[in-house]
Amino acid sequence: MTTMLPLASSIEFSTVVNLALALALGLGFGFCLERAGFGSARKLTAVFYLYDMAVVKVMFTAIVTAMIGLFALSATGFLDLGELYLEPTNLAAQALGGVVFGAGFIVGGYCPGTSIAAIATGRKDAMVFALGMLVGVYAYAELTPGIEGWIKATAQGAMTLPSVTGVPMGWFVLAFVAFLAFAAWGMNRLETRFASLRPAS
Amino acid sequence: MTHTIAQDRFPAAGQASVAAIPKPYWNPYAVGFLLGLVLLATYVVTGRGLGATGGYSAVAAQFAGLFSPEHAAANAVHAKYWNDGAPLASWTLFLLAGAFIGALASGLQGQRVCWSIEKGPQASAERRLALAFAGGFIAAYGAKIAKGCTSGQALTGGSILNVGSLVFMVAVFAAAYGLAWFVRKEWL
Repeated sequence: MTTMLPLASSIEFSTVVNLALALALGLGFGFCLERAGFGSARKLTAVFYLYDMAVVKVMFTAIVTAMIGLFALSATGFLDLGELYLEPTNLAAQALGGVVFGAGFIVGGYCPGTSIAAIATGRKDAMVFALGMLVGVYAYAELTPGIEGWIKATAQGAMTLPSVTGVPMGWFVLAFVAFLAFAAWGMNRLETRFASLRPAS
Repeated sequence: MTHTIAQDRFPAAGQASVAAIPKPYWNPYAVGFLLGLVLLATYVVTGRGLGATGGYSAVAAQFAGLFSPEHAAANAVHAKYWNDGAPLASWTLFLLAGAFIGALASGLQGQRVCWSIEKGPQASAERRLALAFAGGFIAAYGAKIAKGCTSGQALTGGSILNVGSLVFMVAVFAAAYGLAWFVRKEWL
């Protein structure tokens, strides 16, 4: 069996096809986000007050599902994991950026992807959040372009848990599935315990 | 489920004109599974995962180009999205366009589309909108520093066990849980 996935490694997509694919995959992406309730800032931030853990449930299940799929396709020889793009790890940048991003998330109520689902369903605060984001990325480029060089110069390079630890991917997949099952039980308890925090109106 | 559907759907009561009773959201594990399949399909077809912030960066590069194409092509950040003068032909921006349509379709089907401002009962609309702008600005900065957001780092990188993505995810939740108490009046 010869590996032929990802498709992009064996087929050269034209720009039009590439953008059409983006649009089609985006349809599924946006549909899922709205179905999950992620067009609502209160549903999203509820996770930080523990009375509704949907954000973690959806994200974690999505990650584990894709992880199982990637692992199964690669183990059966259909997919070459080495052909997948891997964002270089920069521990300092990702820790710092994560902290800043988390602050923006709880203050603003959305993240970049969910803001689109919220705008599509009429949330005016999401439109303002998106405007803030646009000004933010513009300011980053104009005022602090030097950060870009720092990130590149200090990056550790491509790093995955299997490559760093030497433990095969399958064990991590198993561990994530087990952890998801445990977390599902724990989140149910949290939601019961903090149910009184849910706003009345 | 102890809460009613209406509470979940239209928190900003009084600002939303509710024409129909919104349908409940789907089970989070079921949507998560579906979202995972979308992510897997994106990987299998393109060799890359999902993203969102890149779409905003493409629009910013377009704006910069309106003032000065030379500057947009030379700036270390804009240059990555400049695409020889066609920054809007961005893969991630088209993904977001698709996401907008997909979310609108889902919202219409579930009768969840209406003009509203999402906020807790104690917060004023002005305060909420000001914080939404500030939060958007801060989140954008964080995503640029971390080279990705909840889509590009957490979901995409997490599913392939990218170490930096997992560090990002822990940092995001740590910061948001740490700050939640301070902004509780915006949400509770």
